Amino acid sequence: MGNVTYREALNRAMVEEMQKDPLIFLMGEEVGHYQGAYKVSQGMLDKFGEARVIDTPISENGFAGIGVGSAMTGLRPIIEFMTWNFSLVAIDQIINSAAKMLYMSGGQFPMPIVFRGAGGAGGRLAAQHSQAFESWYAHIPGLKVIAPATPKDACGLLKSSILDNNPTIFIESEVLYGMKGEIPDEEFYIPLGKADIKREGSDISIITWSRALGFSMEAAEDLAKEGINVEVLDLRSLRPLDIDAIVQTVRKTNRAVIVEEGWPMAGFGAHVAYVIQKEAFDYLDHPVERVTQRDVPMSYAANLERESLPNATRIKEKIRSMLE
Amino acid sequence: MLLIRKFEEACAKGYSTGKIGGFLHLYIGQEAVGVGSIAALQEQDYIVSTYRDHGHAIARGLDLKAMMAELYGKRTGTSKGNGGSMHFFDKEKHFMGGHGIVGGHISLAAGIAFSSKYKKEDSVTMCFFGEGAANIGSFHEGLNLAAIWKLPVVFICENNHYAMGTPEYKALSVKDVSIRAVAYNIARDRIEGDEVRKVRDHIKVAVDRARRGEGPTLVEVSTYRFRGHSMSDPAKYRTKEELETHKKRDPLFKAFGDLIDAKVPKEDLSKFEEEINLKIEDAVQFAEESEEPPLSWMYNHVLAEDK
Repeated sequence: MGNVTYREALNRAMVEEMQKDPLIFLMGEEVGHYQGAYKVSQGMLDKFGEARVIDTPISENGFAGIGVGSAMTGLRPIIEFMTWNFSLVAIDQIINSAAKMLYMSGGQFPMPIVFRGAGGAGGRLAAQHSQAFESWYAHIPGLKVIAPATPKDACGLLKSSILDNNPTIFIESEVLYGMKGEIPDEEFYIPLGKADIKREGSDISIITWSRALGFSMEAAEDLAKEGINVEVLDLRSLRPLDIDAIVQTVRKTNRAVIVEEGWPMAGFGAHVAYVIQKEAFDYLDHPVERVTQRDVPMSYAANLERESLPNATRIKEKIRSMLE
Repeated sequence: MLLIRKFEEACAKGYSTGKIGGFLHLYIGQEAVGVGSIAALQEQDYIVSTYRDHGHAIARGLDLKAMMAELYGKRTGTSKGNGGSMHFFDKEKHFMGGHGIVGGHISLAAGIAFSSKYKKEDSVTMCFFGEGAANIGSFHEGLNLAAIWKLPVVFICENNHYAMGTPEYKALSVKDVSIRAVAYNIARDRIEGDEVRKVRDHIKVAVDRARRGEGPTLVEVSTYRFRGHSMSDPAKYRTKEELETHKKRDPLFKAFGDLIDAKVPKEDLSKFEEEINLKIEDAVQFAEESEEPPLSWMYNHVLAEDK
């Protein structure tokens, strides 16, 4: 087991797959000579050359479209958005082209493409650069949506996403790039659509993904000292969604709180709450609760940003109230 | 061209009787552009079209029966009934759709050309769009990317002078769309689209240029649609006189006149027309008799693993 950063784990995933299949290429802003805006593609230009690690102008709609067109003719593009905030100018290509191509062609054109990049809040980047868009993409049939929270999951899930024959929205967390974690030395894959219990517990379940896993684990450790035993389920994949894992943990603990970096209104957690009441209603001892980003655009001010994001304090308060 | 004209007339009839639904954008009047352009292509080349895609699909030789069945929403259609008028696809014929979002397919076409270059294949991609699409961002991003990477693609702007109901003078800061090629340092051409062989010869120059690895061309072909934007459009934004003037320059008359001048016997032409009528009748009958997709197909092809 090696101790590597989240960004190194993503880099390893792309390098391993690109070494095996010449049809895979990486395209995006600053992925080559600059070595990646967040250094995720560090060293890849030297390994694969300019034909396969391709710097683009600032044209997200354009190069997302290039990716979709190239996937129609058998290439396997990895399209990097510097951040998912910039994907909004390319969302026509993702939703109207990539997600629909197979269906509206009657099955003729599969779309083996990965769109990946940094999501969520960074640190004091303010309203236009601090947004978690998982819920937006998870709404769309035809897409897969992945949001890993650890280096091991980032590597194993990105490798599976690259091999997948569907358009995959791979949302990394901007603040996790430097996070270290153990990952196996030998090659490994993590299947899409499988949640993972990151902490076993018996009193209540936190259901979460991506960066919010960190807040959740911190809260769980603190609550353990108070004698509250929290189970933490990391969804990892929002579409497809591991409904069995959600139902199992709720059946076990009879209480659930969903913790997410996104906004509350029509957010993904609302769908998880729906799934729980539909599939595990009789097992619930308390209404399902949520801890989300506050329902406001992100402020630049340090204190307002801190208070706007979900955090361990808010999670602990919520859980204590649910166990009273 | 006559096949397209008669196919489109059959479509209009199918629409008026409720057999064909959705939006139906007819190509009547513009036939020489698609036919001439596609005649300049080879088998390995790719075509990317708009929501007004019937003419391009017929020119590429897609199966008439499957196309009509698609319009009828039948399981035997080109997209198994999932696409309809705006989304004809044929992987074997390298017909890469029928796309419904104006201009979105322009960078997609650049992507297909990118793929040919990446795989070192000898294919050229041809992308059709209207002058309305020349005002959307995807047009500019697609042209710039195709230019900086010298992609083998020919952009054909079929300027029919109305973006739905908006005349070009209200929408284009410079009326000459082809001049935008200058901004991207790519080749350009600008022609009238009423003579099919002239269109073919001009487009061939652009296709050859792309195939030689000398990059994209933007060609503006002036044309005119005799019908409204779609079947629901009575086209009140233009005068009868304007329409009649253009109808006098019907590309089919010109082609017909050329055949007469070339001393093709009239009886051959009548026979040809009769064959076309039969093909259309067959296609309509096939569409009528085909079944709708079974409800069990609803979830097919959402993801690649769904069969």
